Amino acid sequence: MKTAVVVFPGSNCDHDAEHVCKTVLGAEVRQVWHMDRDLGPADLVVLPGGFSYGDYLRTGAIARFSPVMESVREFAGRGGFVLGICNGFQILQEAGLLPGAMLRNSGLKFVCRHVHLRVERTDTPFTSKYRVGAVLSIPIAHNEGNFYASAEDLESLEKNRQVIFRYSSAAGEADAASNPNGSLHDIAGIVNRRGNVLGMMPHPERASEPQLGSDDGRPLFESILAAVAERVEATV
Amino acid sequence: MMVRVYVTLKSGVLDPQGLTIQKALATLGYSEAAGVRQGKYFEIEWQGDSGAEGRRRVEAIAAEVLSNPVIESYRIDWS
Repeated sequence: MKTAVVVFPGSNCDHDAEHVCKTVLGAEVRQVWHMDRDLGPADLVVLPGGFSYGDYLRTGAIARFSPVMESVREFAGRGGFVLGICNGFQILQEAGLLPGAMLRNSGLKFVCRHVHLRVERTDTPFTSKYRVGAVLSIPIAHNEGNFYASAEDLESLEKNRQVIFRYSSAAGEADAASNPNGSLHDIAGIVNRRGNVLGMMPHPERASEPQLGSDDGRPLFESILAAVAERVEATV
Repeated sequence: MMVRVYVTLKSGVLDPQGLTIQKALATLGYSEAAGVRQGKYFEIEWQGDSGAEGRRRVEAIAAEVLSNPVIESYRIDWS
């Protein structure tokens, strides 16, 4: 699997993403500076977490105008796999590649801790290695992760089964007490209609090795690896 | 010329900051402040055209950069 990790000024999870793809999964990884338009031969593009452009104006608002984003848009349009984590998710929303927007956390605090996520679907290239209803422990670290979308967009998200991860209790109940930021419908991660672009606020790259306290994020990367292998096989 | 752009959350979009400010005001005795919405204010020193084309360009700045149409609306003030 060839992976391109996009680096914006202010990205700070780019090396974590690279580490997981390269060291844990054995994939080829190259970092792509946001001013580059060439993603190289990529199967997966990762928009990592961080504070692109200092999060000035709005989270992801300036990053989405970076030259590399035109290439990311084309790549996604061709069906390439795109994974946006945390700030990467916010950038995908600002770019219009995923619906909704992030508001300030309802508690007005930056929340940095492990949360529980319930897997809603496993028939996606990002989640095939999980089972439906599995509860994962993966950390979040954000100030603007309060998912908002208009009533119509929410309805369409649910109808098209685009919600992939929901905040939940350890037992897998999605309820207000388990929602760390006020997100509507307890949404932690969504895909686009086509299913090849995933945005999620939690950080699977920080939970892919037991030494880090959880490796519940690892199957997500392994799912992508398997989906890429399947594609390659299909084209041979 | 100074162009002022006001960006506010759309009605119906939760504003946790505005809500907290409103509660603080009530605590301070300003209970008449029944609701507070926090927004953003931009002053643009505009050296371009202020006719139709200029207005179209500022409109583009407000709509495509300064605000996110999913959650925010804007108002432009030419003076």
